[in-house]
Amino acid sequence: MLTSKCLKGVMTGYPLAINATNIKVTEVDFNPEFITRVIPKLDWEVLWTAANSIGHGEGLPKILEPKYEDNEELLKKVHRVLLEVEIEEGNLTCPESGRQFPISKGIPNMLLTEAEVQ
Amino acid sequence: MSKRPEHQAPPEIFYNEDEARKYTQNSRIMEIQAQMTERCLELLLLPEDTPCLLLDIGCGSGLSGTVLEENGHMWIGMDISPAMLDVGRERETEGDVVLSDMGEGVPFRAGCFDGAVSVSALQWLFNADKKSHKPVKRLYQFFSSLYASLSRSARAVFQFYPENETQMELLTSQAMKAGFYGGVVVDYPNSAKAKKFFLVLMTGGSAPLPQALGTDESDNLQIKYAKREATKNIRGKPVKNTRAWIIEKKERRRKQGKETKADTKYTGRKRSGRF
Repeated sequence: MLTSKCLKGVMTGYPLAINATNIKVTEVDFNPEFITRVIPKLDWEVLWTAANSIGHGEGLPKILEPKYEDNEELLKKVHRVLLEVEIEEGNLTCPESGRQFPISKGIPNMLLTEAEVQ
Repeated sequence: MSKRPEHQAPPEIFYNEDEARKYTQNSRIMEIQAQMTERCLELLLLPEDTPCLLLDIGCGSGLSGTVLEENGHMWIGMDISPAMLDVGRERETEGDVVLSDMGEGVPFRAGCFDGAVSVSALQWLFNADKKSHKPVKRLYQFFSSLYASLSRSARAVFQFYPENETQMELLTSQAMKAGFYGGVVVDYPNSAKAKKFFLVLMTGGSAPLPQALGTDESDNLQIKYAKREATKNIRGKPVKNTRAWIIEKKERRRKQGKETKADTKYTGRKRSGRF
């Protein structure tokens, strides 16, 4: 859900392309209510592309059916992609400016240099 | 030199590894942070029993995040100090964190958060640590990007330590300019130590500001009245260690929001000889 909108001259700055070199999967408690609330806020297509680009997209449908609340299988998969899969090392690339934001130890570095601030 | 950390060094330098560790191991700081986060959550007025996605601005080592977790919410944190974030990682907090400067804006998609909290971070924005930093511009950039990343009818609550009136005015005026409604709630205004400032901002429509702790309507009236009384018997201050003196002292402590035992018929009595 990160964007590089703060960069100079970048209008949408979304979605950031993910380039992962080290991925970790951790167990997180499953909370169907939370996932249901979060899905409408997501851009499903972007999530699908992101999940596939790091190789964890198996089982995710390309188009979201309207009645996802009752589909526990699907919710579990979304939960896995959203909360359990973590990118330890890698970088995020802005689609417009090509600026790369490094991820180290699971923390993306979104700091800008002076010239990049609006 | 003043004691305020924001006068000593920029945040990413002040909170180095030593300071980050100290901060997170100090049980007093931990307790205060937890208390203030609780109060922030209370002011957020989130719908009950629904897990929400919250943004923690200046999350540091995740002390405030732990409280959010305990209340069943998911959180994403942002902070400028890598050392603090590292300590947070060691503490194995559940939230995801991002290394980012709030003065550069909030780097998230529009409308993705149900609320935002921030504990003791906002005052750092008043500093110009680099040549290119302009506090007013940074404040506006921060508030406007935050406004965009919150969902409608969401709230943002910031606990902060303003240095003076001007800072508070600047803060509210920039927030209003960015489209927020709201204002500052001051808890325990009569106390020097327990006094806490909360900036409560609302995105959708204006609603009355929540009542601050330690203040009542009747209290305000009483103060006016008490002032006149005080001038009247300025020489008639109760003699030390008498019952009247104790009761007055307890009243003062109550106004400051400190824990005080109730007044009873035993207040200020001598112990009997048997003791």
